[in-house]
Amino acid sequence: MIPASFDYEVADSAAHALALLAEHGEDAKLLAGGHSLLPMMKVRLAQPAVLIDIARITELSGIAIDGDEVVIGATTRHADVASSVLLKAEAPILAYAAEQVGDPQIRHRGTIGGSLAHADPSADLPMTLLALGGTIEITGPAGTRAVAADDFFTGPFESVLGPDELLTAVRVPRGGPDSPGGTVPWGYQKFVRRANDWAIVGAAAYGGRVALASMGGTPLRALATEEALKSGAPIDEAAQLAAEGTSPGYDFHADVDYREHLARVLVKRALEGKAD
Amino acid sequence: MTEIKLTVNGATRSDEVEPRLLLIHYLRDSLGLRAANVGCDTTSCGACTVLLDGESVKSCTVLAVQANGRSVTTAEGLVAEDGAMSAVQQAFRENHGLQCGFCTPGMVMAATSLLAENPHPTEQQVREGLEGNFCRCTGYHNIVRSVLAAAGKLSGSSEMPASEVPDSGVTA
Repeated sequence: MIPASFDYEVADSAAHALALLAEHGEDAKLLAGGHSLLPMMKVRLAQPAVLIDIARITELSGIAIDGDEVVIGATTRHADVASSVLLKAEAPILAYAAEQVGDPQIRHRGTIGGSLAHADPSADLPMTLLALGGTIEITGPAGTRAVAADDFFTGPFESVLGPDELLTAVRVPRGGPDSPGGTVPWGYQKFVRRANDWAIVGAAAYGGRVALASMGGTPLRALATEEALKSGAPIDEAAQLAAEGTSPGYDFHADVDYREHLARVLVKRALEGKAD
Repeated sequence: MTEIKLTVNGATRSDEVEPRLLLIHYLRDSLGLRAANVGCDTTSCGACTVLLDGESVKSCTVLAVQANGRSVTTAEGLVAEDGAMSAVQQAFRENHGLQCGFCTPGMVMAATSLLAENPHPTEQQVREGLEGNFCRCTGYHNIVRSVLAAAGKLSGSSEMPASEVPDSGVTA
């Protein structure tokens, strides 16, 4: 399968990428690792007239501490997030989640910004950013804005990111062994049937926040579980509420009842701090 | 057409390519390097795995223009000038790490990348490190055995060509 023809532009700075986006409008798509976009282009689910390559923009890549947050550049690859000594010390759930994406080859190409912009409700990083209560930084013609993960995802493969905007960075709270406040308890569960597949259901717990993958059109908070925990309910009891307010779909892997069951089981394990 | 300049198996190449040309087709059809195979063509099976700046990638999901300015290594490039196979290739032969051979070039490249990142993997780490490569013949046991044997051979020696060592520069 070969993508339809397109023009190829290389952006050498974030400003250049924005200028190219302004020039080409909705006909253009940004290309970083291309591991969500290129497969869609090969089967004609996406057919942009112009690809703007942002993978060579050095200012968009890297991991650094900024106050009580860790900032991860949008084009930082999953492999670099997963192996980051800094993230293991300051936000270990994010490093762990990045390690669960696809397989080594995919992690050598795919980027954190690309995964979030793709907004797949079954993917690892959208769920994890939601559990972390992270922030997404976006730059566009009107300037820069910061969007909470809670407000970023609007539907399956849809987000508040505009066609003339660039996702530049991700911010997550410091909550690892080297952080001033110490380690925030976390757990991560991804139920799959096949190697390198997406989650049939996923659950990520970080402190009192619990997020689910593949339980609706966007990654979702398990709000009933969170409320129960806040009122002092034991984990077993709180996890029983994990599927409340969700709207999972069904496919050849799992029907709705089974997904709801998985959500309860996986949330319980995630709250117990299990990651395997 | 877009001009690309890159290193393939140690040799500098300059070519005019269509932006939509996939790296796997550039390697196979433009350069005649047929080791990497097109398997699933959907970033799943790993038969098209090559090294980009020393790291394994699936070349069915990389555009040739994305390799501009970079170094690509295929299984052909692992063989020394005198025809000697790399330690990983040799280990696959000695441990019966293949049957039909279709997945083998991709397996060898994925294993080469894995050992560059982790020279002393456990069996479990080898299995997880090869998660992106499917073999429909062997049941994987001999492949895992081959990679562990190669790791044993490579430890303490510096047999890996410089082109296989991951570049610590910007690779986003």
